Amino acid sequence: MSERAVIEATRGVGGGAPRVSLRGARSRTAKEAVIGGLLFAAGAVSILTTVGIIAVLVWESLAFFRRVSVAEFLTGTVWTPLFVPQHFGVLPLLLGSVLVSIIAAAIAIPLGLGSAIYLSEFAPDRLRRYLKPILEILAGVPSVVYGYFALTFVTPLLQPLVPGLQLFNALSAGIVVGIMVLPLIASLSEDAMNAVPRGLRQGAYALGATKFEVATRVVTPAALSGIVASFILAISRAIGETMAVVLAAGMTPNLTLDVRESIQTLTAYIVQVSLGDTPFGSIEYQSIFAVGLLLFAVTLGMNVFGRWFLKRYREEYA
Amino acid sequence: MSPERYSLAAPPELVARRRRGQVFQYLCLSATLVGVVTLVVLLADVLIDGVTWLSATFFTEFPSRIPARAGIKSALYGTVWLMGLCALISFPLGVAAAVWLEEYARKGWLQTVIQTNIANLAGVPSIVYGILGLAVFVRWMVPFTGGRSVISGALTISLLVLPVLIIASQEAIRAVPGSIREASYGLGATKWQTVRHHVLPNAMPGILTGTILAMSRAIGETAPLIMIGALTFIAFVPDGPRDQFTVLSIQIYNWASRPQADFQHLAAAAIIVLLVLLLSMNALAIWLRNRHHREW
Repeated sequence: MSERAVIEATRGVGGGAPRVSLRGARSRTAKEAVIGGLLFAAGAVSILTTVGIIAVLVWESLAFFRRVSVAEFLTGTVWTPLFVPQHFGVLPLLLGSVLVSIIAAAIAIPLGLGSAIYLSEFAPDRLRRYLKPILEILAGVPSVVYGYFALTFVTPLLQPLVPGLQLFNALSAGIVVGIMVLPLIASLSEDAMNAVPRGLRQGAYALGATKFEVATRVVTPAALSGIVASFILAISRAIGETMAVVLAAGMTPNLTLDVRESIQTLTAYIVQVSLGDTPFGSIEYQSIFAVGLLLFAVTLGMNVFGRWFLKRYREEYA
Repeated sequence: MSPERYSLAAPPELVARRRRGQVFQYLCLSATLVGVVTLVVLLADVLIDGVTWLSATFFTEFPSRIPARAGIKSALYGTVWLMGLCALISFPLGVAAAVWLEEYARKGWLQTVIQTNIANLAGVPSIVYGILGLAVFVRWMVPFTGGRSVISGALTISLLVLPVLIIASQEAIRAVPGSIREASYGLGATKWQTVRHHVLPNAMPGILTGTILAMSRAIGETAPLIMIGALTFIAFVPDGPRDQFTVLSIQIYNWASRPQADFQHLAAAAIIVLLVLLLSMNALAIWLRNRHHREW
């Protein structure tokens, strides 16, 4: 239809009154509107997902908190929902998640930052082209595979070195989670360093700085907001990590800072209940939503903070 | 003038600074190599543990209590079913959402809200999607999904990979230069005609690369599928989307969590299969990206 409209419009220019046929134009406009609406609906699915997650978590948690007080849940130090007497103090699970994340951060932050500095400042181009995909693959290895690796390789490797290390322990779990989030820190920090303008580096070289001094005293401080944001996002990822922790750290809610012992994280508890035959509507079933809500709140809070930090403290280079 | 006073040798202080730089560079290199070495060790560990257990029967047998007779037939079928359905659901939704955000949405609060929301969803732990799937697809929509079924799993995993897919598609669409759109409008094309005939075909290699990478993330997902009840012991192959199922990653978890050494070997063998699938998908994505890479 559009061709005819164009031709008739062109004819109109030559003589008398322009005769523009609008035949088909209305149905075309309608079709465009419908398509626009459908595309918007697809975009709105993401909003529905968020609303769904929050609604489900809050709704079932409300049922849970009618039976267990919020104060008992958040301050209790004993978590034994699956046998009598039942206790619903979430602190052992929370501490388990925090412990694993601290170990993971202790591994991933220095190694990830070191990798980022090497890739951005030192690596020859050819080497870089090999290293980056390798780190991507490291990030793409499924969590359950890291769990297997922790259980069958890391723990047996560490047992002679760390006396008293149990078969299931927080240390191995934390180490593999650290390896998993390392590529995230490396790639986000490297992006931040690459965004530092060349002129800043050249200025420092002109003043007689060595490559080391440029990397540590010019590029790293200039990219600091991106680097810190990458740490926050990586720790949030570590807290949400599930299968590696389930396999390597075990299923023992344990209020301890001893990394040699078996612990249970927030995520591992949710998996444990799902593996059993817990009837819908029971308090055990509802408890996974309360734990899920806590997990969701913590990770979302960190992600929002991380992105806010990135924006707030970003150096703008014109 | 004596030559000593104009010596070209670096002063000792500069030599020390350079040496410090050298040491630092090697430290950073070693940090990078830790990741590389870990990957090599991980692959070697899995290969050594499992490669001898990869036999023809491993692919054609159902899981069994007797390790020597156990196989991954049901898990392999389940994975293929899940990936297929997941691609069918998430690809059109993800591309449509990306087109809306890049081509249709007016700059304003609505677009900002949806964009921020997608970024936040990308950071939600996968197990939270499992909780959502359990409550919505397994329980609430049971007349449609049949409960703990392949379609429930596929819907859950689709929601999980959508943010990744949308963001990748947006980047591909954004890389199509504005002049192509202007030329199309200049010839009288409507917005949809422009998108359908010019923007999408040019962005398609990038979109497909993003989709494959999103699927390679989905193939290893375990926790959300455990939540929605993809069972570990399934001695049949799913016939339709409403059937019960299991997948490779869950089979791996099940075997790896048993203390007997033979089951550990089975887990390693299944990991090899999973990693081969995953790495081939990655290789396909890289090949696609390089082949259709285009500088505008």
